[in-house]
Amino acid sequence: MIREELKLLPKHLWQYLRQVTGDDAYERYVAHQQVAHAGEPALTRQEFFKKRQDEKWSKVTRCC
Amino acid sequence: MPKTVLSKAMWLVIAIVGASAIGGIAIHRGESINAIWFVAAAICTYLVAYRFYSAWICARVLVLDETRATPAERFNNGRDFVPTNKWVTFGHHFAAIAGPGPLIGPTLAMQFGYLPGTLWILAGAVLGGCVQDMVIMFCSTRRDGRSLGQMARDELGPVGGWAAMIGTMLIMLILIAVLGLVIVNAMKHSPWATSTVLGTIPVAMLIGIYMRGIRPGRVLEGSLIGISLLLICVVGGGWVDHNEAIRGAFDWSGESVAWFVMIYGFAAATLPVWLLLAPRDYLSTFLKLGVVFLLAISILVLAPDMKMPALTQFIDGTGPIFKGSLFPFVFITIACGAISGFHSLVSSGTTPKLLPNERDIRMIGYGSMALESFVGIMAVIAACVLDPGVFFAINSPAGVVGKEAAAAVATISSWGFPVSVDQMQMLATEMGEKTLFARTGGAPSLAVGMATIFSNTFGKTLLSMWYHFAIMFEVLFILTTLDAGTRVGRFMLQDMLRHVWKPIGDVSSYPATVISSLVFVAAWGYFLWQGVKDPLGGVNILWPLFGISNQLLAGIALSVATGIIIKMGKVRFAWVTGLPLTWLAIVCTTAAVEKVFSTNPAIGFLSGAASMAEKLAAGTLPPDRAAVAPQLIIGQQIDAALALFFAIVLWVVIFDMLRMSLRMRSGKSVLPLSESRYVRTQLDPNLVTSSH
Repeated sequence: MIREELKLLPKHLWQYLRQVTGDDAYERYVAHQQVAHAGEPALTRQEFFKKRQDEKWSKVTRCC
Repeated sequence: MPKTVLSKAMWLVIAIVGASAIGGIAIHRGESINAIWFVAAAICTYLVAYRFYSAWICARVLVLDETRATPAERFNNGRDFVPTNKWVTFGHHFAAIAGPGPLIGPTLAMQFGYLPGTLWILAGAVLGGCVQDMVIMFCSTRRDGRSLGQMARDELGPVGGWAAMIGTMLIMLILIAVLGLVIVNAMKHSPWATSTVLGTIPVAMLIGIYMRGIRPGRVLEGSLIGISLLLICVVGGGWVDHNEAIRGAFDWSGESVAWFVMIYGFAAATLPVWLLLAPRDYLSTFLKLGVVFLLAISILVLAPDMKMPALTQFIDGTGPIFKGSLFPFVFITIACGAISGFHSLVSSGTTPKLLPNERDIRMIGYGSMALESFVGIMAVIAACVLDPGVFFAINSPAGVVGKEAAAAVATISSWGFPVSVDQMQMLATEMGEKTLFARTGGAPSLAVGMATIFSNTFGKTLLSMWYHFAIMFEVLFILTTLDAGTRVGRFMLQDMLRHVWKPIGDVSSYPATVISSLVFVAAWGYFLWQGVKDPLGGVNILWPLFGISNQLLAGIALSVATGIIIKMGKVRFAWVTGLPLTWLAIVCTTAAVEKVFSTNPAIGFLSGAASMAEKLAAGTLPPDRAAVAPQLIIGQQIDAALALFFAIVLWVVIFDMLRMSLRMRSGKSVLPLSESRYVRTQLDPNLVTSSH
């Protein structure tokens, strides 16, 4: 049991790192799009990141 | 049963260890004290407060409901509203709230000795800061992720809403000015620091282009390449510094650095975010988390001795870094290390859009701030491992201790903190600098402290590399706050000016962007310039002003929170946010009144301006000071008006909240609770809690 989990640990850490940095944000978006809005056109990778960045930096995201 | 007994015993042990550590710190009066005491006191305090106080607030006051869908789930669009794993959300939230404040404030507050600052960082965080962050996050989560300003308007009324909006913008102004000043004091006449920081700009742009055009959205690759390039910049800065032919080109005066900071802020606010702002933020976030982690490990491994006394004679208000007595200025100076109003802007509006489940508000809201407060404790340790004489020599402005090294060390030694010219010279050489005197602002002394800790942990060599790495790290993430702040400040300004002249509110119009950015940069640039010109260092004026403004914003947030708790029908629990609010109101008002009206010209802005005008008229000022005196006199009068305005805004919001509460108590109508309707969560609890 513990052994199995230890084996999976590097994979989980990698997934965490990708998610916390936003590296896999587009993949998640596409997955969401397929489930929630199947058939509708999804944003391209570039459009998605542009939109996400513009949204992020138009409000307070960094403190003192 | 045995399990609960075991758990009770464990918490009893944690509580006893924590209490003994705090007691040990408080009564210790020896030559030095080991840093491990501070680490133990801090960790035990956070653990006990988290386990008991935050759990109690969540269960009894907020009554978190894990079956209720969060805004992230209800408005999930896969982009900005996304239910996100709680540890990932924790990472985002912590990265957003962790700024340079908890490193600088506690460092400056060490002029009183380690004891008052340490106690306030611990008590202020667990009873004030963590509570504020958590309760505001709860309020926003229950209101579709609305911002603090919107909640103030919806719950208290238009007066509270306007006060929150204007207050936020003014805080941004002062914050950016004081952070700019910290950069100036770290970079002036330091070719190594200046060339390194300049090098980071093309690096950021390169990564921006990479993540935009070459490999869109590959954040990890881009950041990894960027971090390596940043390290090359640090080494390259050393090469520049040793190269007599070019080092002169990077030997900038304080004024030049100030211009650089202003131009940089303007550029970052007007250029597209992907080019400079966003990539540099990725780099600085990685660096920030890395350094904080490294510092924690180093302190644990090295267990350094702290040489600062528990209390210094400066608690009477005569301190060299800033004037003013222990109360209220230790609280104003520490500011964000214990409670930061700014966090309420992230806790509302941003994090609720990611929050997977209401129950995670406790860990993310309360827990992140506890961690942030721990960063403050590490800053205390890094400042106190220095010889107090060295600490004061680096941080005391030339106008207080004298321009010449010999005069400065004589003054500082006469306070009972022995230091010699040779010692300072050797230290400067070790750190790769010409001089470390009068680098007020906290960043350089923190960098010396960190370099000492790092080099002792990872090998005694390369002290100068560690120092400049630390400086780069500090400047980089101050710049993040500075340009993100300028950009947001510009939006706020446009939003306000739109009521006067519509076209200026168009955020996509290029002329409107340039004009409003120019206005905003000029506004903070004015305060920065005043600070650079001030022979007493400027930090002595700007940091207290910043502290007051930050605590004022916390006061607004706590007023909104208290109002909401009362409207929820829980007036008997209103003290949870009401007590920290009362304390902040006392601290903030006392500090503002002292800063404005004190008859001591070193503390009061008005008497400071009057005394300078008197000396100028009598012709007793030396010519270099006389030249800048007229500017400084007007500057101090503006500072006075601002401090007074801050205090008034705080009381307007408090009275608005009290008025609402009294109306409610006497059965009159008040604005309805704007909580959104209950929707049951559809998310599989395993889906959001596991890391997939």
